Amino acid sequence: MNLLDVENLWVKFPTRQGVFDAVRGVSFTLGRERLGIVGESGSGKSMTGRAILRLIRPPGIVTASQISLEGDDLMVKSERQMREVRGQRISMVMQDPKFSLNPVMTIAQQIIEAYRLHNKASKSEAYAKSVEMLEAVSIRDPERVMRAYPHEMSGGMGQRIMIAMMLIPNPEILIADEPTSALDVSVQRQVLSIIDKLVTDRGMGLIFISHDLNLVADFCDRVLIMYSGRVVEVCDADKLRDAKHPYTRGLLNSLPRLDSPCGKLQVLTRDPAWSDAPSVSGRV
Amino acid sequence: MAFTENNNGGRHKAPLELWIRATFLMLGSIIVTMLGLMFITFIIGRVMPIDPVLAIVGEQASKSTYDAAYEQLGLDRPIIVQFALYVWDVIHGDFGKSLLTARPVSQDIARVFPATLELATIGVFVGIVLGVPLGVIAAVKRGSWIDQVARVIALVGYSMPIFWLGLMGLLIFYGILGWVGGPGRVGIFYVDIVPSVTGMILIDSILDRNWLVFKDALSHIVLPASLLGYYSLAYISRMTRSFMLEQLSAEYITTARVKGMSESAVIWRHAFKNIRVQLITVIALSYANLLEGSVLTEIIFSWPGIGSYITTALLSADMSAVMGGTVVVGLIFILLNIFSDLLYKVFDPRAK
Amino acid sequence: MTDIQTWRAWLLTDTPTSRRHAKLSAVYQGWLSFRGNTMAMVGLWILILLLLIAFAAPFIAPHDPFAQNLGNRLQPLWSDDHLLGTDSLGRDILSRLIYGARITLYIVGLVALIAPVTGLLVGTVAGYVGGWTDQVLMRITDIFLAFPRLVLALAFVAALGAGIENAVLAISLTAWPPYARIARAETLTIRSSDYISAIQLQGAGAMRIITKHIWPLCISSLIVRVTLDMAGIILAAAGLGFLGLGAQPPSPEWGAMISEGRRFILDHWWVATVPGMAIFTVSLAFNLLGDGLRDVLDPKDSEK
Repeated sequence: MNLLDVENLWVKFPTRQGVFDAVRGVSFTLGRERLGIVGESGSGKSMTGRAILRLIRPPGIVTASQISLEGDDLMVKSERQMREVRGQRISMVMQDPKFSLNPVMTIAQQIIEAYRLHNKASKSEAYAKSVEMLEAVSIRDPERVMRAYPHEMSGGMGQRIMIAMMLIPNPEILIADEPTSALDVSVQRQVLSIIDKLVTDRGMGLIFISHDLNLVADFCDRVLIMYSGRVVEVCDADKLRDAKHPYTRGLLNSLPRLDSPCGKLQVLTRDPAWSDAPSVSGRV
Repeated sequence: MAFTENNNGGRHKAPLELWIRATFLMLGSIIVTMLGLMFITFIIGRVMPIDPVLAIVGEQASKSTYDAAYEQLGLDRPIIVQFALYVWDVIHGDFGKSLLTARPVSQDIARVFPATLELATIGVFVGIVLGVPLGVIAAVKRGSWIDQVARVIALVGYSMPIFWLGLMGLLIFYGILGWVGGPGRVGIFYVDIVPSVTGMILIDSILDRNWLVFKDALSHIVLPASLLGYYSLAYISRMTRSFMLEQLSAEYITTARVKGMSESAVIWRHAFKNIRVQLITVIALSYANLLEGSVLTEIIFSWPGIGSYITTALLSADMSAVMGGTVVVGLIFILLNIFSDLLYKVFDPRAK
Repeated sequence: MTDIQTWRAWLLTDTPTSRRHAKLSAVYQGWLSFRGNTMAMVGLWILILLLLIAFAAPFIAPHDPFAQNLGNRLQPLWSDDHLLGTDSLGRDILSRLIYGARITLYIVGLVALIAPVTGLLVGTVAGYVGGWTDQVLMRITDIFLAFPRLVLALAFVAALGAGIENAVLAISLTAWPPYARIARAETLTIRSSDYISAIQLQGAGAMRIITKHIWPLCISSLIVRVTLDMAGIILAAAGLGFLGLGAQPPSPEWGAMISEGRRFILDHWWVATVPGMAIFTVSLAFNLLGDGLRDVLDPKDSEK
């Protein structure tokens, strides 16, 4: 039932001033659903995503009781075994395609590479598959795009290419790390609907990391609120208005709403007790 | 919707017009720089000395020689005209006559230049072959002992006077250990034995199949070339490391890893690809630096290249030779810089 | 004890009370960061030592650097009375080394003054005024950049004659272009910022804007660059000295000393080796110092 089971994840970084805990005891499960992870900068949400893929390199230290992908514990895998997981079973889309695509390689080269890393295919087979994938993300002239370089693409286009590239090996889980934060508002919806369609069609699990509570509430099934490395609240997306934790309430109240205007928006006041309390488990 | 929005306003290659205009601008820029260079050498050679004629014909010249040179230099005419005459001469390869050798300076330079070329080329080659991998490894294994060693190598390279290191090298490897040949390009017995085709003894001896001369030339070139190679290595490894570090912290590297790529593929197929163009610039610059470094090196090793030529001319107050040599070296410098700029434009897709 | 502690707290505070307070705090924190860098501190100490030696030369040099003693030539290291031996004219090498430090500092100091200041002027004016001025000034900069430093210096000295001032001038001529480039780049970045527009609207003239607003911001990158360049300048000066084009004999310039000792290298190696070590040490110190300064002042450019 569960695609992913994360239990007691800690990510620590030794610094000159001592050890900094970026992620503290985070636990959650993910089924074929959409899980949103919301938090401000520094809450540890991006680190969580990267830790799952074991992308955090020394001196960072990652520990967890388990990170199981369909029963397979990723924490005990060797680097070589992880390489087979990355891309093929879990994939990640990052924030800004301007930076997350290689500027000196054509789009074709990059997508073909993503495909051939996990599939034995000839160049022409891979090419055809890539074109197919580009069409699946609503790119209307895929052949031209294949020949182009990333800097020639607009933001929305680039992000769709990113999605195509990350989904072409057909992973079971997609981690989307602020996928629309670098895009114009008008383009955000387009990209989100593409992610929506593909994730639904393929029956994938989605982890949607964002700082935008409203966006996540709309898009996801369940939401994890993170603060200072811990999960402070877990709830279903449609029950978000009834959230209990003061931080979540603070976040909700600091966003303006058309249907209930108020004179003054509440300023979020932080209680140090929130970071001291243990993580709420998001495991189902 | 597909291609109306993009970053640089023109997806297609620039039309012919724009390209021609760009080329013209570049040529114009080159010409201006070269003229500027010649102007400076002109000022130094003709305007600055108290008696430029004397500087050119030397103190021993007879009155008729002096007068002839005076005529030729047009010293009674306005500076602009003198400069025009100067440029005209330089374009035609006429740098005047050397006091020391009594031959046209251009001929002298053509004779000595291959020696410097041979030395600098091997030096840069060493710098690339050793420096690039060192820089990459230092960046990838940042903080490790390799990185520290690379840092020390570079630090020493930036702090050590090249002529002193050369002297020490001669002392140790020639004077004490006797492992390499001494000063000069070949031993006395081997001078002028192989016919000079390229002017580079190593190549000429291979062409002539004279292995004795080849071995001897090799034993003489190994030390000065290693010296220059060391400096080139220091510079290239440092720049490579710096470029690689910049790339390795980029987002697209994370993307590559997310795709499931092996670390070495990430380093060479992604990161390294992004620094190739910058490396070309660095290599061209290193080559130029070596041309300059060879001036002092040639003196230590009695290497008859252009550096030796200029300094010997300098010490004998042979102004024409000094100026001729300076112009030639300066022009090569400019050409190398332009060449690397060009390569940048050709190879970087973002610069199109 | 408590006085120092309160000073420290004052300097390390997160909430400075005045502009001067903030500035001092920044300098102090920069200093702390610099102090943590051992190699940079080593460089700094060496340079302080150099300054002290040069300053106190008449007091610490065991002999007169010019005193010849032909009966005592080419004495090896650790001979009695001559710690570093004597050269080909019987002069004490240690004393010559000590006095040579003065010459080194003289050259380095002058170039460090002339080149960056010239570069700053040219670069900021070009960057701020723009248009034709910019084009012309940058062309001139490029032309000088196009020259290999040593070769240009050689040509210059050939025309004007050897001597320490000409050597300084020649080196400065080739050293200033990079500073102009840096200054111009910084000026261009700053010029388009809003606060410059604000000052212009208040009626400030170009000179005022350049000197009071643009120059201070260029200073830190220039300082880093100057320190890193020092090593190259010392090496260039030594090279010229080696060729006999810098300080003239009997001046104890280190490069010239190497040249003098070259003839005897095989049997009396120390005469040429010792001055070279001095040059190396000072260059190294400047490089270490420059690296340390760069880590503190321009951390994004640092290689760490």
